[in-house]
Amino acid sequence: MISIRNINKTYGKKGDITALSNINLEVERGELYGLIGPDGAGKTTLFRILTTLILPDSGSAQVMDYDVVVQYPQIRKIVGYMPGKFSLYQDLTVQENLSFFATIFNTTIRENYHLIEDIYVQLEPFKNRRAGALSGGMKQKLALCCALIHRPEVLFLDEPTTGVDVVSRKEFWEMLKRYKEAGITIFVSTPYMDEATLCDRIALIQEGKILDIAKPKDLIEDFQPGVFAVKTAEMNRAKNELQSLDENVEAYHFGEYMHVVTENNHLTPKAISDFLDKRGHQEVIIKRTTPTVEDVFMNLMKHASTTTT
Amino acid sequence: MSNLSIILKKEFIQISRDPAILRLIFLMPIIQLLILPFAADYEIKNINIAIVDQDHSDYSRELIGKFQHSNYFRLTGYETSYKNALKLIEADKADIIVEIPNNFEKTLVREDEATISLVANAVNGTKGNLGAFYAQRIVQEFNSKIRSEWIQFPRVNPIPLINVEYINRYNKRSDYQTFMVPGILAVLITMIGSFLTALNIVKEKEIGTIEQLNVSPIKKWEFILGKLIPFWVLGMIILTIGLVISYIVHGITPGSNLWILYVFTAFYLLAILGIGLLISNFSQTQQQAMMVSFFFTLIFILMSGLYTPVESMPFWAQKVAWMNPVTYLVDVMRMVLLKGAQFADVLGHLKIITLAGVALNVLAIWSYSKRN
Repeated sequence: MISIRNINKTYGKKGDITALSNINLEVERGELYGLIGPDGAGKTTLFRILTTLILPDSGSAQVMDYDVVVQYPQIRKIVGYMPGKFSLYQDLTVQENLSFFATIFNTTIRENYHLIEDIYVQLEPFKNRRAGALSGGMKQKLALCCALIHRPEVLFLDEPTTGVDVVSRKEFWEMLKRYKEAGITIFVSTPYMDEATLCDRIALIQEGKILDIAKPKDLIEDFQPGVFAVKTAEMNRAKNELQSLDENVEAYHFGEYMHVVTENNHLTPKAISDFLDKRGHQEVIIKRTTPTVEDVFMNLMKHASTTTT
Repeated sequence: MSNLSIILKKEFIQISRDPAILRLIFLMPIIQLLILPFAADYEIKNINIAIVDQDHSDYSRELIGKFQHSNYFRLTGYETSYKNALKLIEADKADIIVEIPNNFEKTLVREDEATISLVANAVNGTKGNLGAFYAQRIVQEFNSKIRSEWIQFPRVNPIPLINVEYINRYNKRSDYQTFMVPGILAVLITMIGSFLTALNIVKEKEIGTIEQLNVSPIKKWEFILGKLIPFWVLGMIILTIGLVISYIVHGITPGSNLWILYVFTAFYLLAILGIGLLISNFSQTQQQAMMVSFFFTLIFILMSGLYTPVESMPFWAQKVAWMNPVTYLVDVMRMVLLKGAQFADVLGHLKIITLAGVALNVLAIWSYSKRN
């Protein structure tokens, strides 16, 4: 329902800052689609093109078969957009914000109440409080309500969980699942790799380029290199030493462990353990672990940078 | 409900909740109209004068007495040498030195002619000029007095005397406040109109809500009108508050029908709001909008004929002044409040301002785009 073909966008007077280069992707109707990438990867630029806020330099994109450049008025009627920075009127109350956004889309809170009911019951106790006085999680919920109140066919959520606590993030993704079930196509971006597994499909984006598009499950299953979780008393030294072991070995922090990724699976836990023992590392723990989206992403990034240089 | 009325409703709720705007609207006219007309006074009084009397005669004392009794001068130095008096000027204790030379009386009696010298500090040009002018007048009066004393029992008055009697029209007591108040009111309306509109729209940009509105079916003109109308209403409220204050405090009663003023201000505000809108289109932050508004307002005020008459500006500056919308409102304010102008008298100004308003707003709407 969203199709993006060869989209390019550059910034700067000479167009020397590339935000997006040759983006191609398709989002199916009713899909929960994730755009995963670090800050500055071009996620927001792509969202702004799809929500008709900026024009692409070249390429074309359709949202529900409407062209983003030509048929933008139609798109504005059917999409809900929640920008990265929650934009609410801080000096209006929860109720006033919601009814303002309902009325500009020619609808009322009552008409689509069933859609937002689950979230709104949590906001109800504060409905006469000004939006500026809400907590971060509550603001996010209100912003989602405002983006949903006109029952959009496509929902664009730009980093909706950035700066929100873990519990609210979890709740938020559960809500997204329900909206998906209600038939709304959701296109969501996030810098958090752990959220990727909650999407039906994801596109990994880095420096304006799509690295890979797949179902999160397939992405992990198809991942060839072996991944080990390693822990020692001196994590930083171990990480640097492991990295210099072989050009096919990649080591990076992962929570309290570090992940050691070996291409071609030529490295065994025994080999790692011997290597670390020889360098006098204490309290060494090594275990084989299943790769995560982050491992896949790190690997893709490494390959992307080696192919360009 | 139409989109426009939704936006209007939202704007009015927001304005009514913004303590800063409310204070600005009610306190700014009150403070400016209470303080400025009294403080920004052009009449020069209390000119400090230092006198160097080297003659010490009856005539010199009489002349000094005349200076002392005039309302304009304050004797701050009575010196014996010009050098000492100059020190007073340097220390900023005197603005004018009057030097009466030795043998002043003697020469005057013997030769029917004597010279005194007048030295003015012209750092503040107006004060120096006016001081010298007043001093000359006093000397002239003194001059004609002694001349008439010397001529005894003439059949006809040998010195032709033309007395000038003058009447101040439209501002009977030539009251500076009466002159300033309408002008200050014009500036107030201008500031509220341009500043607040620009800040308001840029604020939506800053907090990001403008993106939400841009991704909505709201049309460009609905958004812009929704922003303009509230500040247009505020401008009219300021005018009303200002007129009430100038009546109560300064006793200014309109010389003709007030509706002329209201009609003119209504159109004038359109032009000013257009300027605010333009500024907001080219600013990303409230600071930027503030600085740009400040820059324009300063030029507008100083080149509006509020303080210095447009007619005495150099030719090019007059051209600039008549491109400045504030000039028109200041002029119309004074015409209606003081002179009692009729509608036909302000029609010319009204046409120009309406034209400017249309041009500015078309430009503003054209340059505001929902996407870039």
